[in-house]
Amino acid sequence: MTALRTTIDPHSAEFLANRIAMEEKLAELDGEYAKVLAAGGEKAVERHRKRGKLLARERVEMLVDRDSPFLELSALAAWGTKFHVGGSAVSGIGVVEGVECMIIAHEATVKGGTSNPYTTRKIFRALDIARENRLPVISLVESGGADLPTQSEIFIPGGKLFRDLTRLSAAGIPTIALVFGNSTAGGAYVPGMSDHIVMIKERSKVFLAGPPLVKMATGEESDDESLGGADMHARVSGLADYYAQDEMDALRIGRRIVARLNWVKKGQAPAPSVEPLMDEEELLGIVPSDLKVPFDPREVIARVVDGSDFDEFKALYGSSLVTGWARIHGHPVGILANARGVLFSQEAQKAAQFIQLANSSNTPLLFLHNTTGYMVGKEYEQAGIIKHGSMMINAVSNSTVPHLSILMGASFGAGHYGMCGRAFDPRFLFSWPSARSSVMGAAQLAGVMSIVGRAAAASTGRDFDEDADALMRAAVEAQIEAESLPTFLSGKLYDDGIIDPRDTRTVLGMALSAIATTPIKGAEGFGVFRM
Amino acid sequence: MTINSVLVANRGEIARRVFHSCRERGISTVAVYSTPDAGAPFVLDADTAVHLPGTAASETYLRGDLIIAAALKAGADAIHPGYGFLSENAGFARAVEAAGLTWIGPSPAAIDSMGSKIESKLLVAAGGVPVLAELDPATVTEEQLPILIKASAGGGGRGMRIVRAVADLPAELEAARTEAASAFGDGTVFCEPYLETGHHVEVQVMADSHGTVWAVGERECSIQRRHQKVVEEAPSPLVERTPGMREKIFAAAVAAAQAVNYVGAGTVEFLADEQGRFYFLEMNTRLQVEHPVTECTTGLDLVALQLEVAAGGKLPDSQPTAPAFLAGGSSLEVRLYAEDPAAGWAPQTGTVQRFEVDGLAADFALPLRERGLRLDSAVAAGSSVSIHYDPMLAKLIAWAPTRTEAARTLAKALATARIHGVRTNRDLLANILRHPAFLAGDTDTAFLTTHGLETLAAPVAGPDEEKLAALAATLAGAALRREAVRSNGVLGGMPSGWRNLPSMRHSTTLAGPAGEHTIRYALTRRGLEADGFGGTGVVRLSPDSVSLDVGGLVRTWHIAHYGTVVEVDGSGGSVTFTEVERFCDPSLAVAEGSLTAPMPGAVVSVHVQAGDSVTAGQPLLVLEAMKMLHTIGAPADGVVAELPVAVGQNVDVGMVLAVVNAAGAAAE
Repeated sequence: MTALRTTIDPHSAEFLANRIAMEEKLAELDGEYAKVLAAGGEKAVERHRKRGKLLARERVEMLVDRDSPFLELSALAAWGTKFHVGGSAVSGIGVVEGVECMIIAHEATVKGGTSNPYTTRKIFRALDIARENRLPVISLVESGGADLPTQSEIFIPGGKLFRDLTRLSAAGIPTIALVFGNSTAGGAYVPGMSDHIVMIKERSKVFLAGPPLVKMATGEESDDESLGGADMHARVSGLADYYAQDEMDALRIGRRIVARLNWVKKGQAPAPSVEPLMDEEELLGIVPSDLKVPFDPREVIARVVDGSDFDEFKALYGSSLVTGWARIHGHPVGILANARGVLFSQEAQKAAQFIQLANSSNTPLLFLHNTTGYMVGKEYEQAGIIKHGSMMINAVSNSTVPHLSILMGASFGAGHYGMCGRAFDPRFLFSWPSARSSVMGAAQLAGVMSIVGRAAAASTGRDFDEDADALMRAAVEAQIEAESLPTFLSGKLYDDGIIDPRDTRTVLGMALSAIATTPIKGAEGFGVFRM
Repeated sequence: MTINSVLVANRGEIARRVFHSCRERGISTVAVYSTPDAGAPFVLDADTAVHLPGTAASETYLRGDLIIAAALKAGADAIHPGYGFLSENAGFARAVEAAGLTWIGPSPAAIDSMGSKIESKLLVAAGGVPVLAELDPATVTEEQLPILIKASAGGGGRGMRIVRAVADLPAELEAARTEAASAFGDGTVFCEPYLETGHHVEVQVMADSHGTVWAVGERECSIQRRHQKVVEEAPSPLVERTPGMREKIFAAAVAAAQAVNYVGAGTVEFLADEQGRFYFLEMNTRLQVEHPVTECTTGLDLVALQLEVAAGGKLPDSQPTAPAFLAGGSSLEVRLYAEDPAAGWAPQTGTVQRFEVDGLAADFALPLRERGLRLDSAVAAGSSVSIHYDPMLAKLIAWAPTRTEAARTLAKALATARIHGVRTNRDLLANILRHPAFLAGDTDTAFLTTHGLETLAAPVAGPDEEKLAALAATLAGAALRREAVRSNGVLGGMPSGWRNLPSMRHSTTLAGPAGEHTIRYALTRRGLEADGFGGTGVVRLSPDSVSLDVGGLVRTWHIAHYGTVVEVDGSGGSVTFTEVERFCDPSLAVAEGSLTAPMPGAVVSVHVQAGDSVTAGQPLLVLEAMKMLHTIGAPADGVVAELPVAVGQNVDVGMVLAVVNAAGAAAE
């Protein structure tokens, strides 16, 4: 046992200032969440309730085991777009009858639960997570199909939904659809492609074409019930496997289906979970409000890992990157954490070695981001920073143990890649409210553009307009800053959600537990390492 | 003659009580037990036990022949009858003696004389003991009302009826005869004036076969329900406050005993008015249920004295004085019944899951100091309470230098006892003991009526306390679920009910005495957040114990879960909740208008057929349970849609007996 010590003084002015800044960001986030929770707005919610229906989140809450945790994913999907923040759906990992499942629920109060481009992206992401982590999928369906005005962005890629569902089934990952309302046209294939289908008396409507379209197509007179009612599907078409009396009954049946899956996790069972020695509450005051000021990631690790117990690897070599071994909620994990922002050759080589070690011991990796990128400059270029950076990215790319990424602070440039950014397919990636991610820092980017502009002016003999440059710099800086914010990243589904730093241990624990549903097998070979 | 081995021809706490004194004296003990009593505490207490195959008392505890055979087989040389069953059956006493065994009780002749209430009144009246005149039912007039019909062979309130209108007399006489015949095998009844309010004062006597008779002490048992005693005490507050009464009533008791050459322990019962005038009611020729209050004020072991006297021993000429530490003290006993006082004293059945009383000084034993609590219990955790026998679970007895202290001790012990699995009358008992009128010694036979059963039977835990108990139960339930997951499940290490984006509270609905409570709660890093419980925080939380800070007062509740039943015990009283399950299988739902059995029992008669039109309240069928007849009436005007039971059928609690479609709904 190698317990970390802390040097933080939670009463210092610096800590308090950091904490206040973080609390402000959390409060802003709560404002965004409030919009998500408001769903389709008061009127739509009231109308929905009047029909005796539960809201999407209520359905999820009733479905999961009582007092079990629920990790909601992509909560701020579509943030900053013209679509309702949240992506008109709820997705997350919850426990049903003791089985961790991916739960996806349409938010029927938002435009009838129709899917817009962000809805589909959110659902695709959820299905990816289900596939990679072998999580049974439970779809709580109530959707009017595609949001027709945006069909051009949905129709072609949307087929992936059908494909993914049946591929999950083929991979032995059960898919369950509880149909709460409309599930028509394309939507009809969600139950259609699922292994288990529950329909609700007088509620479920599952058909390819409703009465008006049928009339248009063939002239046949028909009605909803005969075309796609639960009764018809349970007794005539056989599409429904279970006939529920009402919503609660459907949820009850859904739980019984999961109970009968005889689901067995195939990963390593965790050791007993041990609380960290240090208070996770203090995670609010560790990250400086100014990302230019580095912080010691061991202070974070000490508040996240079991017993604050961390065995550091190569502590004295490449000290701008901390590497070492720990457990989170009993799951073993190798941690790479940026200590002073910049990655040098030593850090890159250390990381590559550490990643190979994790692969040889089949240990998942956790990347704690606070990096401004790989070091630049003549000395570093000549020392081979590109070779070494490539080495690290090679190791990350070809590593086959599960990766987790937390963007704590900066995640700029190729450093974002080396630390397993989104493009490197970490199993889960979450941001803290203090995170920023872009090709480089906003001020640097604006400065670069200014220098390039000045050089261009000089080379063509034009006068350099200082005022215009200042305006340009401010505008670019503001734009880049806004686009590097975690809400923006979440909106584009570049992360799986923004988390309260104090929830880090719980979120990672849930992610690692989901991962432990699959066996872990490290890479047997990597790309050619350029020495 | 000596007694080396005693068979107790009884069950429950009295068997255990007798065994206790036997054990202390090195006397071997033999139990007899019916089939449902196999494994009961009294059976396990005995050195040897003999099975009496069967369930009904008539097949088992009333089968004198089988009991005597059991005694002979087990090598017992004496039989103690306890109370009830064969304790006042002279024929049995004779058979015991004829079998060469010692009968621990009075002579059969004395039992016979006192066994007939009619005869015994004449007998003691001749000895100068005041009695109430017997009335001839045929000549009863309006002026003589109200009158009381009693079973001549009776006891325990069975076969007893109060009549307030002459017109009702024939029907009530018939009902009393039927009940008496079924309970005692003798349908003889008689009538006497009924005193609406009065004091039930009785004198414990102990007599030997050498002519010594002690009036050991008096008891007051005025608080009764359905003519069964509920709270008993010694000394009697009425006797205490009436100068000269004790001497007179003791003399009358001794005279009554001497009138029949009584030997052994017996009780002479009197009805007394506020002025201390008293009338002989009857003599019980056995040990009484309430004998412990006498033991706890005199220091005498009445069972031990019964054994000595039965063995031919001689009592000292004068009764020894009580030990100094008991002098002037007071003792109170309550009978803990499995019953629901608020629901017409409906007997309750089930399995006792837990039975714990804090601060006990003794089980069955005599007091060794000036204050304490004694428990004479028939049950232990795991005991089942059936419909077959008396629903008394235990007697709880307190003694103390003052009556006020004894009442306080007993009330607190009742309120904080952990009794799980069956509903009991404990709250009623605690409320009585805490009632100002009771504390003032103002106890007469109309106590429950005067002060209102509704008030007295109200839960000790009032509505606010119940709400807090529901919160405690909810949180304990959450802790229980988390603990189960931690030991055998996924994500057990995560905080209870954790959400990264909380959208709503968790909820639990519990049905309690005051109605349904839906507790909406969340356990966050800020602590407990529960709707309607502002200013309440969690101090400590585990599946079986919850400490809450309620506006600055830290209180602790103990919680036990039995399936969907949650038992909550706290300093403010105990509450039993049934959790309303989140999901219910619709196929198990009970159709509207269904009448379900309120308790397990047998259908004795069915008055309607499916398809009959019925009016609200019309009797549909009659259920016999716990020796009482319960009529099931139509809930509303309508048509009997289903009648799935038949005469003679045994039904379980909750079983559908009939479905009545209300008149309006029938048209659907």
